[in-house]
Amino acid sequence: MIFNIIWFVLWGVLWSVYFMLDGFVLGAGMLHPVLGKSDMDKRIMINTIGPVWDGNEVWLITAGGATFAAFPTTYALMFSYLYTALFLLLAGLIIRGVAYEFRGKIASEGWKKLWDVAIFVGNSIPALLFGVAFGNIFAGLPMDAAGYHGSLIGLLNPYGLLAGVLFVVLFLMHGALYLSVKTVGELKERSSAMAAKIWPAALIVAAVFLGATAFATKLYDNYLAAPLLFIIPLLAVGALVTVRIALAKGKNLTAFAASCITVLMVVATGVAGLFPSLIPSSIDAAYNLTIYNSSSSPYTLKIMTVVAAIFVPIIISYKIWVYRVFQAPVEAKDVLY
Amino acid sequence: MDVLTLSRWQFAITAMFHFIFVPLTLGLSILVAYMETRYVRTNDETYLRMARFWGKLFLINFALGVVTGITMEFQLGMNWAEYSRYVGDIFGAPLAIEALVAFFLESVFIGVWIFGWNRISKRMHAISIWIVAIATNLSALWILLANGWMQHPVGYELRNGRAEMVDFGALLTNPYGIIKFFHTVTSGYMVGAFFVMGVAAWHLLRKNQVELFSRSLRIASIFALISAGLVFITGDFHAIEIAKTQPTKFAAMESVWETQRGVGMNLLLLPDPAAECNSVEGLCIPNMVSYLAFHDPNAEIKGLKDFPEDERPPVLPTFLSFRAMVGMGSYMFLAAAVAAFFSFRRTILEKTWLLRILLYSIPVPYLAAQLGWVVAEVGRQPWLVYGVLKTSDGVSTAISSGQVIFSLLGFTLLYGGLGVIDIYLLAKFARKGPEEDPHAPLVRPQKPVTAEAN
Repeated sequence: MIFNIIWFVLWGVLWSVYFMLDGFVLGAGMLHPVLGKSDMDKRIMINTIGPVWDGNEVWLITAGGATFAAFPTTYALMFSYLYTALFLLLAGLIIRGVAYEFRGKIASEGWKKLWDVAIFVGNSIPALLFGVAFGNIFAGLPMDAAGYHGSLIGLLNPYGLLAGVLFVVLFLMHGALYLSVKTVGELKERSSAMAAKIWPAALIVAAVFLGATAFATKLYDNYLAAPLLFIIPLLAVGALVTVRIALAKGKNLTAFAASCITVLMVVATGVAGLFPSLIPSSIDAAYNLTIYNSSSSPYTLKIMTVVAAIFVPIIISYKIWVYRVFQAPVEAKDVLY
Repeated sequence: MDVLTLSRWQFAITAMFHFIFVPLTLGLSILVAYMETRYVRTNDETYLRMARFWGKLFLINFALGVVTGITMEFQLGMNWAEYSRYVGDIFGAPLAIEALVAFFLESVFIGVWIFGWNRISKRMHAISIWIVAIATNLSALWILLANGWMQHPVGYELRNGRAEMVDFGALLTNPYGIIKFFHTVTSGYMVGAFFVMGVAAWHLLRKNQVELFSRSLRIASIFALISAGLVFITGDFHAIEIAKTQPTKFAAMESVWETQRGVGMNLLLLPDPAAECNSVEGLCIPNMVSYLAFHDPNAEIKGLKDFPEDERPPVLPTFLSFRAMVGMGSYMFLAAAVAAFFSFRRTILEKTWLLRILLYSIPVPYLAAQLGWVVAEVGRQPWLVYGVLKTSDGVSTAISSGQVIFSLLGFTLLYGGLGVIDIYLLAKFARKGPEEDPHAPLVRPQKPVTAEAN
C-alpha cells in the first residue's frame, strides 16, 4: 500500500511541476500579442521559450503516462469523461508547438500574423481548460455505477470557470515574470510592469478561489483532519505576496522563483485535499476513484517506483544543466528563430 | 457511424499521420549527428554546412512528430478507455517509462542543439544531437515493446478482471517486440537515407554545391544500403515471429486458405475473400511460404479456413499491403546498391537517370513504412490484444458518436492543414539549399535589427 501513496505523491508532483514549467510558456504565449510590440520583440520572446517548451511539455506526457501506468482506471475514465475538453486542449498544444517552429520560416507579414494568432490561441485554450478540468476534478465529477453524467457545458460551472480564470491569471503573471528575467531593455521593463499589473488580479482570484473551495469541494476535509496541511495554501499565499515585494525591489529573478512556488503550491493545495481520491464523485463518495480502487497491481507499482527513483533525479540534473546553459537573457543579437 | 468505427478511423488517421514524421526523425537524426561529428573531427566546414542544412529540414519535420505524438498517448484513454482499464497494469508501464527514459532526453537536448550553437562547445553540441538520435531510437524501443505486447501478449495473468503484469522481464525480452523494434527503426533509417539521397539528387541535377551534395549522397547511399539489408534480415525474423505467434495474420499476409505442408509462394496471387479462396494463382515458387514461415520447406501452414470467421483479419488489405511493402523493400535495396556503387566510383553526377530515380524515390520508403503498419494493425484484427481482447471490447463507453465525429473532423482538418504546410516548408528549404556561411543563423533576421527598434 505504501506504493499507492508514493504514486499519489508522484502524481501530484508531476502535475504541479508540469504547471510550474509549462505555466510560464502558456503565460508568455497569452502575452505574445500584448508585449510583442515589434516583430523583433515577438521573436525575442519566442527565443526565450524555444529551448525549453518541448522539454517542459514532456512533464505533461509523463503525468499522463504515470496516470496510465499507476492508476489505469483513473486514466481511462478521466480521459474519456473529459473527451471534448481534452481534444480542444490537444489542438491548442499542437498549434502552439508548430507555431514556434514555423513562424520564422517565411518572411511575409500574413504568415507571421497567422502564427502569432496560433501562439496566442494555442496557449490560451490549454491554460483555461486545464484550470477548468482541475477545478472540476477538485469538486468531483458526476459519476456513479452507471458511468458519467456530465458534459462539456457541465464542466463550465461557476467553480470550474473560477479555477480556469485562476490558472489563466497565475500563468499570465508567471509568464510575464519569466519574460522579465529572460529579456533586456524595454521589453524587460514592459514585462515587469505587466507582472505588477496582473498581480492584484492574481491575488483576488486566488483568495476567492480558496474561499469558494470551502463551499464547492470537500478538499478542506483533509485539512481539518490534519491541520498541518494548511502550510501548503499558506505557502502559496506567502509566495504570491513575495512576488510583489520582490518585484517592487526590482528583484525579478526572486519574483519569478516565488511565482514558481506559488504555482506549485496552488496545485499541491488541491491535490492534498483530494487524498486518497484522484477523482472524487460528486454524486456519492462510494464512486470516488481512489489510489486504491483504481491503481495498478503492487508488482507494477513497485517496478514503476524503481524506474522513477532512478530516472527522475537524472532528468532533473540535466534539466538544471540546460537552464544554466540558457540562463542569460535573450537579446536581439541572439535571435535564431 | 458508431463510436467504435469512428474511433478506429481516428486512431488510424492520427497514428498514420504521426508516422509520417517519426521515421524521418529516426533516420535523419543519425545522419545529421554523423555529419556534425565529421565536422568536429576534421574541422572541414563543408560538414558543418551539411549538418546545418539537413538539420534545418530535420527540425521542420521534428516539430510535427512531437506535437502529433501527444495525441497518441491521450487518445488511448479518450477513445479506448475499456482497453486502457483492462491492460493498463502492463501496457501503461512501457509508455510511462518511455517518457521518463527517452522522451525527456530527446526533447531537452533538441532544444540544446537548436539554440546552443553559440552557447556550448563544438563537441558538446555534436554530443547533443547524438543524444537526440539515441533517445529517439530508445523511445521507439519502448513504444514498440508496448505494441509488441498487443501483438504477442506475455508476462501477464488475467485476474481482478484485467491483465496484470507478473513478469516485467518477459515484457522487455518479448521477441515479438524486440524484432519489431529493429524492423521499424531500420525502415526509418531508409526513410532518412532516401530523403537525403533524393534531395541531394535534385541539387546535383542542377549542379548546385556539387561537393556538399555528392558527399551527402555518398553518406546516405551507404546508410541506405546497410539499412535495406537490415530491413530484410529483420523482416525475415519478424515473419517467423508472426507465423509462430499470430497464425491468422500470417495466413492473411500470404493469403493461405487451406492448411497444408510445403506451401509455395505464388508470385501472381489475388485473394477472393467471399469465396474463401484465391481467384488467381500463378508463377509458384515451391515451398517458399513454408520456408519463410519456419525456415523449413515442409512446414505446415495453418489456413484461414481453420479459424472461425470472426477471428480472421480482413485478408485483402493485409495481403496487398504486405506484398507491396516487400516489393518496395526489394526495389529500395536495388536502388540503394546502385546509388552506392556510382557514388563511390564518383561518377554519379553523370548518371542523370539515376539521380532522377532517386529524386522520385523519396516517397517509396514512407509508403512502405505505412503499409508495414497496415499489415501489423489490420492483420491483428479482430483483436486489439491478440487472443486476449477484441477491438470492439476496447472502445470507450462514456463517449458519444457526436463527440468523436467532432474530434475526428477536427484532427483531420488540423492535421491536413499542418501536413500541407510542413511539406511546403520542407520543399522550400530543401530547394533553397545550404547557407554559404556555415555560421549563419538558422534563420536570418528579415530586416536589420536597428530598423526594428522603432
